[in-house]
Amino acid sequence: MTDLRIPERRNPVLRALTDGWIVAKRNLIKIKRVPEIMVFVLISPIMFVLLFAYVFGGAIDVGPGLDYKEFLIGGIFAQTVVFGATFSGAAMAEDMQKGFIDRFRSLPMARSAVLIGRTGSDVVYNVLSLIIMGLTGLLVGWRAHHGIPKMLGAFALLLAFAYAISWIMAWIGLIVPSVDVINNASFIVIMPLTFVSNAFVPLESFPGFLRPFVEWNPVSAVTQAVRELFGNLPDGHRAPDVWSMQHPVVYTLGWVVLIMVIFVPLSVQAYQRASTK
Amino acid sequence: MTEMIHATGLVKRYGDVTALVGLDLSVPEGTVLGLLGPNGAGKTTAVRILTTLLTPDEGRATIAGVDVAQDPDGVRRRIGLSGQYAAVDEYLTGYENLEIVGRLYGMSAKQAGARARELLARFGLADAADRPSKTYSGGMRRRLDLAGALVAEPPVIVLDEPTTGLDPRSRQQMWEVISDLVDSGATVLLTTQYLEEADLLADNIIVIDHGRAIAEGTADQLKAQVGGERIEVVVADPQRSVEVAAILKEVAVGDVAGGDRAFSAAVGASGAEDLRRVLGAITAAGIEVLDIGLRRPTLDDVFLSLTGRETDDSTEEASA
Ligand SMILES: Nc1ncnc2c1ncn2[C@@H]1O[C@H](COP(=O)(O)OP(=O)(O)OP(=O)(O)O)[C@@H](O)[C@H]1O
Ligand SMILES: [Mg+2]
Repeated sequence: MTDLRIPERRNPVLRALTDGWIVAKRNLIKIKRVPEIMVFVLISPIMFVLLFAYVFGGAIDVGPGLDYKEFLIGGIFAQTVVFGATFSGAAMAEDMQKGFIDRFRSLPMARSAVLIGRTGSDVVYNVLSLIIMGLTGLLVGWRAHHGIPKMLGAFALLLAFAYAISWIMAWIGLIVPSVDVINNASFIVIMPLTFVSNAFVPLESFPGFLRPFVEWNPVSAVTQAVRELFGNLPDGHRAPDVWSMQHPVVYTLGWVVLIMVIFVPLSVQAYQRASTK
Repeated sequence: MTEMIHATGLVKRYGDVTALVGLDLSVPEGTVLGLLGPNGAGKTTAVRILTTLLTPDEGRATIAGVDVAQDPDGVRRRIGLSGQYAAVDEYLTGYENLEIVGRLYGMSAKQAGARARELLARFGLADAADRPSKTYSGGMRRRLDLAGALVAEPPVIVLDEPTTGLDPRSRQQMWEVISDLVDSGATVLLTTQYLEEADLLADNIIVIDHGRAIAEGTADQLKAQVGGERIEVVVADPQRSVEVAAILKEVAVGDVAGGDRAFSAAVGASGAEDLRRVLGAITAAGIEVLDIGLRRPTLDDVFLSLTGRETDDSTEEASA
């Protein structure tokens, strides 16, 4: 017989992190066993880079002195990690549907652990996607010109932004009744956010009435920040004359903080009240 | 004896639907309570309240003396839940599924691993332990889910329809597993739609319908409410019906039902002796008997007489 005496766990933060890690490991095992996740995390980023670099690369004129491949990589990185964050929503909804949330909620584990684990494993998925995309990017001629520290800074900013989106998605996943609904819902939100941004075409090419949206769209800010940190904009390039584009790193971090402050408590509350039916 | 599960006046409303209308229940240590009711009776709602998944609108519940509302974490440390739909992660192996539950109870990796192996062996899943549970049969999944409820060896185990959807053999295995649990001292609350199951496993049964208890007692007490044993006779020749009815009348408590060729009469405590006398008299009169027997009321009769309708599985069983 196994000794089943369980040590008392006093520190709630430590407990939330330990339990979160256990849940995250469960999610990470799946990358090996669920082909859809593997494709989504590892294969589609490669496709995106190649597709945009070779199919649209020549067709889209991004202005004088700009190399579209260089210009594009930042946008593809941003779009991919934001889409990656939607995993949290679908996975949460699936866990609800299949009754795992009930099982978890009947265990004496930290109330935030399932969410910490879920959003945490999304970060790992995103790190993998970024590595793959970075390597593919190098192959097609993309470079980070401002050195390793700034490059890592760009990756960190991408991950932080995606992490915040994960919490929004996790919340939606908990309150929406099914996986299909969440997939459609996230599509409706994420598509305009990423496509009505400077991720794929320069901000200047948008018609006037869309311009303010594009300029203040946080996805534009992340993309702008990443491009600057990678040095993917030509010498003497001037960022558009709006505060969000002049200070893209600070603006992005502001969004990260704002989203987390709102959606972490909302999600934990939704989890506590979650009911399968 | 200590009350391991105790609830008074549980009320739960979902908009216009009142899922529970003041349910009381109490389960002494080491016994099994069967919560018996048709679809929509409120079984799952009661289970979810007792396992801290749902807050009741009114009423109070304690598990091993710990209040569900005041110390939910304390309750969670004392219960194991196997919900109505098996919460088994199909992409994880049986071992991984159980190991994670152990870790989340706060066990060390080593403890959780050893406990997982132990349970897999006990539930006949050792050979399949390292296969993704996607490859398991329905019965294996259900057993794995039940094993998940037992990881921390909780004193109180709550099983919501543990055998629904299982074939007769798997159901039989499940019953054995649950019997073993009770033998080892656990207190069990079990919901079911199968009367046979409650009859077999439960020390005490609460029949619920539309969110309220409509009867409570041991299987025998409930059967006694419907009436005792009955003698049922079928004869070949309808012309002898008056004679048959007269013979039955001799032993019957109350009226003789039926006529023509099939008769039924309630009898007292000495049913077997009455049966012998009836058979003797009918044979002596030279009446040809097609069928005769002493029938004990089943819980189906109980349910029918209490709710005025059949249980949902009785039609299936009849046609099976
Ligand atoms: N989340 C919910 N929202 C609205 N109504 C609900 C909800 N959960 C349960 N109900 C209703 O409450 C009643 C009791 O449901 P419950 O799930 O407790 O029944 P049950 O006895 O477990 O039934 P079954 O045998 O089908 O599992 C039903 O009428 C059901 O429709
Ligand atoms: Mg139910």
